[in-house]
Amino acid sequence: MAVTEPKIETGHGNVVAESPGLQGFLNERDYEALVKCVHCGLCLNECPTYRANGLEPDSPRGRLYLIRAVSEGTLPVSDEVVDHLQLCLVCRACETACPSNVQFGQVMEAARHEILTHHSSRARKVLSWLFFRQLFPHPQRLKRIGQVLRLYQKSPFPRLMAWVLGRHLLPKKLERLALMEQMAPQLSARFFEPATERAPAQGERRYTVGMISGCIMPLAFAETNEATVRVLTANGCDVILPRTQRCCGALAAHSGDGDASADLARANIEAFEAFGFDNLDSIIINAAGCGAQLKNYGHVLQDDPRYAERAARFAAKVEDVSEFLARVGLTAPMGEVSRSVTYQDACHLVHGQKIRAQPRELLLSIPGLDLVEMRDASRCCGSAGIYNIVHPQMSMDVLDAKMENVLATGTDCVVAGNPGCLLQFNLGLKQRGHQPRAVHLVDLLDESIQKGVAAGREQ
Amino acid sequence: MPSGQPGRWGRGRLNGAAILPPPLVGELQAIVGKDHVLWRHDELRSYEYDGSIDVGHPEAVVLVGSRDEVVEVVKLAQRYGKPVVPRGAGTGLSGGAVLSHGGIAVGFSRLRRILEIDEQNQRAVCEPGVVNLDLTKATTPLGLYYAPDPSSQGACTLGGNVAENSGGAHCLAYGVTTNHVLGLELVLADGSVVNVGGQAVDVPGYDLTGLVVGSEGTFAIVTKITVRLMRIQEGVRTLLATFDTIDDASRATSSIVAAGIIPAALEMMDGLTIQALQRAGHKGLPSGAQAVLLVELEGMPEGLSESTAAVQDILLQCGAAEIRTAETADERDRLWKARKGALGALGQIKPNYYLQDGVIPRTRLLEVLRTVTEVSERYGLPIANVFHAGDGNIHPCIVFDQRVPGETEKVVAAGGDILRKCVELGGTLSGEHGIGLEKQAYMTWIFSPVDIAAMLAAKRAFDPQGLLNPGKIFPKDTPAP
Repeated sequence: MAVTEPKIETGHGNVVAESPGLQGFLNERDYEALVKCVHCGLCLNECPTYRANGLEPDSPRGRLYLIRAVSEGTLPVSDEVVDHLQLCLVCRACETACPSNVQFGQVMEAARHEILTHHSSRARKVLSWLFFRQLFPHPQRLKRIGQVLRLYQKSPFPRLMAWVLGRHLLPKKLERLALMEQMAPQLSARFFEPATERAPAQGERRYTVGMISGCIMPLAFAETNEATVRVLTANGCDVILPRTQRCCGALAAHSGDGDASADLARANIEAFEAFGFDNLDSIIINAAGCGAQLKNYGHVLQDDPRYAERAARFAAKVEDVSEFLARVGLTAPMGEVSRSVTYQDACHLVHGQKIRAQPRELLLSIPGLDLVEMRDASRCCGSAGIYNIVHPQMSMDVLDAKMENVLATGTDCVVAGNPGCLLQFNLGLKQRGHQPRAVHLVDLLDESIQKGVAAGREQ
Repeated sequence: MPSGQPGRWGRGRLNGAAILPPPLVGELQAIVGKDHVLWRHDELRSYEYDGSIDVGHPEAVVLVGSRDEVVEVVKLAQRYGKPVVPRGAGTGLSGGAVLSHGGIAVGFSRLRRILEIDEQNQRAVCEPGVVNLDLTKATTPLGLYYAPDPSSQGACTLGGNVAENSGGAHCLAYGVTTNHVLGLELVLADGSVVNVGGQAVDVPGYDLTGLVVGSEGTFAIVTKITVRLMRIQEGVRTLLATFDTIDDASRATSSIVAAGIIPAALEMMDGLTIQALQRAGHKGLPSGAQAVLLVELEGMPEGLSESTAAVQDILLQCGAAEIRTAETADERDRLWKARKGALGALGQIKPNYYLQDGVIPRTRLLEVLRTVTEVSERYGLPIANVFHAGDGNIHPCIVFDQRVPGETEKVVAAGGDILRKCVELGGTLSGEHGIGLEKQAYMTWIFSPVDIAAMLAAKRAFDPQGLLNPGKIFPKDTPAP
């Protein structure tokens, strides 16, 4: 394919790049966000994929350069280019490292949207449609799938599969598929489905907050959602759980289906509007990836005149559960949880929402708890939504580096504020012969509060 | 959109033909493994640049995993007569790692192990791909650190630092890379492996280490580096002084040095730089200031209060409107993060920068900065100043937009004018970024034909075929070695 690369010779005879400006692929707004990258390279060492394979096109700078070349029409959207863009975890560690504040996540989502709509095979489009339009947005379907999966997990089949895998009896291709099956999380015993839309505060009411229950959380971490409600109510919050709320749309957006994510944003805005934004002191989310997306609703719907302003108001109310609790302070009695833990900064908390101190403050407020910091706690674990299913090899390479730092702390209890990370850590722990003991911050707070309340009752 | 049919991802359509003959690609793959060779045209686009404005296409990129692989690659290149260019993180600012003559880029991103840290003797042995800051992070628990700290230290590699003889903010007190490298393992152009230097500051025989440091990858390929580590100072004070004019800040710089005080670092940032940093979200910088000086003093806590007070006096005498002291380690980190991110933050002003690295006697700072302003006005190009004031190492950054036709050529000419002034004032072309492609045309301003011939003789001794990073340092019309 003949694509000319514009280069000019300068006065002293060297060749420097010239830019023809935007020709297509991205829109003007995303392109302008992109050209703020001056390719200084400060992001490289913070990028998990670059650290894993050392390839410039798998670094943030390299990816932005490729997107720019494609947008300026000097590079075709070839399979190689797409592969490098799809290998990105969108952990956004590069945004924290970037001195020019380039909004990498925004640019990458825009590029993936373009890839999905104009440069993908039919099979991929169908898969995307199935997951992001037919499955995740529908809690009832997720619930039913959960019932089936739960039956499967109780059956002897998974154990049989583990035995077969242990002896390498399967052909290579099937083995990869089977490994994915082994990676699947142990589902919660039940689906998170609150009986009422309002859980009342224990004792005096201090705040009224909305809560987003999510799509994966009710399926795989129903207990953590229940714990979140208990921790909030124990600390004087009325918790509103609108029944019509849906998945936040983060998974769809990260994979390039911006339209699906916009639809979900509208649905959630309406769900909470029904209770009146002004009546809510905060809208709480306990999953980092969702939190970053919910806070971004203003951007998602900026071109929708009917929703733009409402989306911005909604987004301004959103807080991660750790952010909220650290802001208002814990009032519930706390009992001792004598355990040693290490804390993983979920990417979309630390890089996506710049939340670093609050979860640690809350952990340290638990009596008896010992927090041992690991090296590079803010580096991605390789989970990244459905990344570990799509790119198992890179995901495991990134996890290997992470687990080394985890186990060096001498504890195997990892605390993280995102379901994907918890699944990934449990997998990493299992692979290394440890009990899968990754927990969410609110699980620990809940345990402490329950002990505190029980102790108060005894007195 | 590009000509032809857009690709359909997932149909196995691979664009971008190989540039190299297929047998050579195969042989490279046999040496380093399939996953570690890039050879398709499209992927190679992301290796055409470094941190500056020069571009050039490699014909293949190999990521080496050991010294022996380097040897094999070099021998192979010899056989095919292909240039070989080592590449660290590609953060360089003079086109050193840009392949202007095609050939094979040898990437060191996989060779990133710290092989040995000798706490007692304060030295470390590293592979060339070790990131500068990672070495300091690894040795901090022992109370040691690696002193040269380029602004890109969070990403740049020791191998690149050695090639360019990199400096950094704290070089005012501690010297540049060459003052901290004790020994090197090299692969020569014929594939032989030699060791130069050793474990001590001085070794018998020729100082070949000193010769190779700063040779920009034109003498040999470095495969192992022994560096000196320094003790972390007990006390540190970091001041940020705000000035209404850049002249006052320049005068303060000269006065501090004239008073016999050598700060660990003495850095200046001008109004445009501060604006860019603020737009990029950096906190803690004074709004509307025309210039700030970032002064860092290190030493024993007792003497430190005294020298800090002396510096504060000078700053006030020279017209500082405000002096802030970093009270916590966090505050200090934030100031340095801003200083080290200043170049990148210029992306908030314009999408491109062209950065000069001129050196002048620090007493002439005022004059050269006036020239910078004059050049900026004459060409109608904004220029941000962010630099090592204490060293007299200026970094005027001309900010521009590649998309504007003709602007790039104007920018290169403006940069030349500034460097010409530096040379006139008794200074030189480069303080720490290397000559590379960027400044080779100006070498004749400071070196006579005989000087250049002497350098060429050294080059010939190391690399008679001229395959190691060709086309760099020497002016274009210089006869090839």
